[in-house]
Amino acid sequence: MDLSFSPEHLAFREEVRAFLRSALPPHLREKAEVDGNFEHDEIMEWHRILARQGWAAPNWPAEHGGPGLDVTRRFILSEELELSGAPTLSVFGLSMVGPLLVQYGTDAQKQRFLPKILAGDEVWCQGYSEPNAGSDLASLKTRAEDDGQGNFVVTGQKTWTTYAQHADWIFCLVRTDPTAKKQAGISFLLIDLKSPGVTVKPFLTTGGTPAFCETFFENVVVPRENLVGPLHGGWTMAKALLGHERTLIAAVGLSTRAIRRIKRIAAATQAGGESLLDDPGFRSKIARLEIKLRALQVANYRSLAGAQLGHAPGPESSILKIRGSEILQQSGELAMELMGMNSLTWFNDEGTVPALEQWVPSTFNYLRATTIYGGSNEIQKNIIAKLLLGLG
Amino acid sequence: MNFDLTDEQKLLLDTVASFVKKQSPVSRHRALRDDATGWSREVWQKMGEYGWLGLALPEEVGGLGGTFADVALILEQLGTALVPEPFLPSLVAAIPILRLGTAEQQQTYLAPLAEGRTSLALAHAETRSRYDVSDVETKAVKSGDGYRIDGSKRWVLNGHAADTIVVSARTGDGDPSGDISLFVLDRETPGLTITPVKTMDGHHAAMLTLDAVQVGSDRLLGAEGSATAALEEAMDVGAAAACAEGAGITRAVLEMTTDYLQTREQFGVKIGSFQALQHRAVDMFVEVELCKSTAILAAIKVSDLDVVERKSAVSAAKVQLAMGGRFVTQQAVQLHGGIGVTDEHDIGLYFKRMHVLNALFGDEEHHVNRYAHLPSFTAGLSS
Repeated sequence: MDLSFSPEHLAFREEVRAFLRSALPPHLREKAEVDGNFEHDEIMEWHRILARQGWAAPNWPAEHGGPGLDVTRRFILSEELELSGAPTLSVFGLSMVGPLLVQYGTDAQKQRFLPKILAGDEVWCQGYSEPNAGSDLASLKTRAEDDGQGNFVVTGQKTWTTYAQHADWIFCLVRTDPTAKKQAGISFLLIDLKSPGVTVKPFLTTGGTPAFCETFFENVVVPRENLVGPLHGGWTMAKALLGHERTLIAAVGLSTRAIRRIKRIAAATQAGGESLLDDPGFRSKIARLEIKLRALQVANYRSLAGAQLGHAPGPESSILKIRGSEILQQSGELAMELMGMNSLTWFNDEGTVPALEQWVPSTFNYLRATTIYGGSNEIQKNIIAKLLLGLG
Repeated sequence: MNFDLTDEQKLLLDTVASFVKKQSPVSRHRALRDDATGWSREVWQKMGEYGWLGLALPEEVGGLGGTFADVALILEQLGTALVPEPFLPSLVAAIPILRLGTAEQQQTYLAPLAEGRTSLALAHAETRSRYDVSDVETKAVKSGDGYRIDGSKRWVLNGHAADTIVVSARTGDGDPSGDISLFVLDRETPGLTITPVKTMDGHHAAMLTLDAVQVGSDRLLGAEGSATAALEEAMDVGAAAACAEGAGITRAVLEMTTDYLQTREQFGVKIGSFQALQHRAVDMFVEVELCKSTAILAAIKVSDLDVVERKSAVSAAKVQLAMGGRFVTQQAVQLHGGIGVTDEHDIGLYFKRMHVLNALFGDEEHHVNRYAHLPSFTAGLSS
């Protein structure tokens, strides 16, 4: 058994670090230093820099413009990007619909969509949830009816369409057969957001950022060629999409960065003549959180090593989302606790609180979403109980 | 990075698993709880013949020159069925002999262990030492050609049965941590009184008093006053071993619990159909996988020559075992309901053993604290 990365993989890590040191523009680095929330334009600027380097889509195969990296290098690249604090690229095109099109798209779909996703010329968002279809996603009601002229006509409402206000396209689960049972009547459809009948309404998250949108469809005409996979085969597409890159879901890089920030805040905060890093209670809390993360990191490495060797996901893979999201939330809580009354701050002028702390309250709020999105942790537990523990 | 087992490791795993299944189910441990020894010399000898006891010992003393990661595989399997033989105490006591002993001492004390003819114990704990191996009141003073040792030791694992006991004593009045020495004693040494005591997990240990115990200088391990580092390493090996055994326990306990949830009926249905219980079982599963992960971490890093790296990994693993192992065994009892708190049911035996593992070689607070004060904890903060 071997817990260390091979010399080739370590060399690749150094290559990534060297690139990140030189490639992140100063104005983005400044924001990265304080883990600020990046604007859409800033994210796209970084997208184009990574695209030039060939690293915007680490997990795409070389024939579609990906870097052709093995699974461990993909992991290293993603982890170093997380650790650097650089903007997180929008996942909907690069990590979700892109890989799905690689796997199930027609040649025409691949040629039409993949290059623009890669270059950052077209931005995507996700249309899954509806006001009455959350965890019970298969009860979705947005209809797509065949107009007999080679089109679907789509009517309905999607919600939590994250950053739809910046997106050009949306991939949707729609009901194409209202008579079939739940999962069996759903199809996977690509919709141009500029189509007549589409309305996007952003709204604020508790983190004070306009990340969420409601997206309305009223008799939106969608060409049949935008169907991915077979008609009524959308549920299979949705499941295939979830299966991509299991090793990244733990977000160990993000949590590692969060704990480093926690220590820096603790070291810079004085109370009773000593720093909070020297306060035994706080020091012990930070250590416990770091130890939890370390345990998750080894589980993640087990999953990664298995994937590198071509094994099917082991049981350790299924805990990564649950524990990874919990640790992210706990890191937000601990940072807030260390800040004391500074944690009251809410989008005030620079200098109101130390720069390192100014984004913490917003992040702390937004992190509550991590145990909800991507299948809530309760849904994850239902699945594990049934599939791995045989309970039901 | 590779966590796959080698063919040799797979073979070893299969052999141990088959032994546990056929020759040492939990009922054997249960039956031996009331026995004065609590384990079987016959089985011990068999473990020696299988090569398990000398697995990580050098070939010069009849060992196989394997790694601690190999030993951890055995410990994990033994944990699944609470195999009572003194594998862990002997392993821990062997460390200072390996690190400090002369070739002759290693031959004398480790070769019979490898063959399963003897078992060992390490006597370090005292009334006020808690987990600090350098807080030693037992004194050894030069006397004739050797030393005279006076003092007492507590909770010596396998001390009730060990043929050879390694005892720590203070050999100077200077640097508190720099004058600790280790002596190897036969159990029949005059002046050594061994009082057997029972431990909660159905094992036995001993309290020792040393009253003018006279030993030759050939019983001293290494140079006088040089034992602290080897003792600390022995504690880390013990902690890593506890993590391996504990990983086996959590796995077995989860399996017993999910079996029970699929069998037991209330309100006309299997209780495993209740979501509250399903989610609890998944919470257990998460901790089982994390305990397994950190047991691997500790098993690999306990042999790391970088002491900070070793301590950091072992402490992280021991804290995970404390948090996760406690949770898993507590919830296993809870999900078994009333039967879970009867002596008749095996789940309580696992619960007790897990407590013992958590209390040995540094508990949760000890390791959180140690982890938080290693240089690695604050490294690179200014950048």
